[in-house]
Amino acid sequence: MIDSLVWLLLLPLAWATLAFVLGPGRGAWLAIAGLAAQFALAVDLARIVAAGGVAAHVVGGWGAPLGIDLAADGLSAAMLLLTQGVALPLAIHARAYFKAGDPAGVWFWPLLGFLLAGLNALFVSADLFNLYVTLELVGLAAVGLVAAGGGTQQVAAALRYLFATLLGSGAYLLGVALLYGAYGTVSSATLLPLVTAEAPRLVWIAAGLMVTGLLLKTALFPFHFWLPPAHGGAPAPVSALLSALVVKASFYLILRLWLGPLQALLPSFAWLLALLGAAAIFWGSWQAIRAVKVKRLIAYSTVAQLGYLFLIFPLLPAPGALQAGVMQVFAHGLAKAGMFAAAGVMIKATGQDTVAGLAGAVERLPVTFFAFGLAGMTLMGLPPSSGFLAKWQIIDAALAQGHWVIAVVALAGGLLAAVYVFRVLRQAFLQAPVPDTATAVPRTLEWTAFALAAASVLLGLRGVELMQLVMV
Amino acid sequence: MTSGLLFALVGAALFALGVAGVVLIDHLLRRILAFNLMGSGAFLVLVGLAQRNGVPDPVPQAMVLTGIVVAVAATALALALTRKLHALTGRLDLPEDADD
Repeated sequence: MIDSLVWLLLLPLAWATLAFVLGPGRGAWLAIAGLAAQFALAVDLARIVAAGGVAAHVVGGWGAPLGIDLAADGLSAAMLLLTQGVALPLAIHARAYFKAGDPAGVWFWPLLGFLLAGLNALFVSADLFNLYVTLELVGLAAVGLVAAGGGTQQVAAALRYLFATLLGSGAYLLGVALLYGAYGTVSSATLLPLVTAEAPRLVWIAAGLMVTGLLLKTALFPFHFWLPPAHGGAPAPVSALLSALVVKASFYLILRLWLGPLQALLPSFAWLLALLGAAAIFWGSWQAIRAVKVKRLIAYSTVAQLGYLFLIFPLLPAPGALQAGVMQVFAHGLAKAGMFAAAGVMIKATGQDTVAGLAGAVERLPVTFFAFGLAGMTLMGLPPSSGFLAKWQIIDAALAQGHWVIAVVALAGGLLAAVYVFRVLRQAFLQAPVPDTATAVPRTLEWTAFALAAASVLLGLRGVELMQLVMV
Repeated sequence: MTSGLLFALVGAALFALGVAGVVLIDHLLRRILAFNLMGSGAFLVLVGLAQRNGVPDPVPQAMVLTGIVVAVAATALALALTRKLHALTGRLDLPEDADD
């Protein structure tokens, strides 16, 4: 019998290493084949978890406290499913995107594999120190991908991102060190009763350090300074991966700490996080409305959409809030991947990267703009998209608990999203002569962007299965 | 004061110094050094706090070894990027972000 849990970690490592050995620019088919297998494994794991509860694996037969325990519950299985589900279309997209000997794509495939191995390992790690290691793996691979373009702006953005991510994981590590000092263990399951029974001041400091470090990595306002240059400057498939998946990894970790070992302490910070989330929604949307370049606009939209994830924390006593958060992670992951992929097509086809330069582009790129519009629908939260389900559940949980402020913020954020989405669409529908710089783009690029955006809308129709999985 | 607690306090001080360096210093090589100081501080806390009755605990030592490997990889990546930036611009600090 194949253990899906283990192969989800081993497969990406294997094809990433092979792609590295094959040499610069090679390994695209290997990656796509590997990702297709990983997607099947993730579906299989989700089935196992939905039917039989938590799936676990003890690496090498050495259990905790000396060895490493891996465990996947409903939340992990859902995140694994999203990761493979976003990465597979993006890999097909990236193969067409980097085809013409683009120097930015030289080491894309090995870095993609290492990034996915890190992400998958993060979602199934059951102890806080192992989570630190996977967090660093994800961070280092992501920095490599940002720098891949090789230009001054990209290298500078990568360095800025690297320092932010190292600072974040450093604070997390110090928190883990303090927790180990206090309790003598880093296993999530063992820590839970200990922390709940007695939490000296040292543990409060540890919790503060860990959450602050993770907020820095999740780019929650006001820690978002590194995100727009890094996500806006990288090649489009890389931006899509970073916005859809990488920032969600540190959010997942906050959620894990919140629901797991630190559940007795963290709710005191709930309103602070929700306040920052609300500020992120307004500030990110405002910057997106003002942005000159398309990819900057989408990057600031990520800052805004991440804000929604933090609105759920004061609502977590209600069961709907966790489902709303996970639904928002899925909605934003799929929609933003589709949107960045579509932006990449627009930039390739028009030869420039400003919103103003898209005038009349819809005639040449109907599928791409359809994809952009569908993804925009999810970001605005229009029915029947998954974004609608996420926002509906946030508002529902907020009103049920009498926190109408949160409902108002969620609604206002949807309106602001409409402003920046329609800014792009309006420009594209203007009458304009076809410029000389127009180049044809491969069909694959347009249709993969479309598939991701369409998935973000269609998920709204199958949201119930996902929510049931999360509650396992 | 036990020696373990002393180690932990020194570690916390080193960590704070390192954070201040990473945040405040512009020169990239110094920032990378500051990051390493930060990491060493965290490792010292990990090993120092975990001593029980003067007997060292082996588990955090294994963790620190792993942490050192991560820190070396991160430092190598930072140095490679710094060299690339130096080759491109001839400078050792980050250019202003060209925010449209």
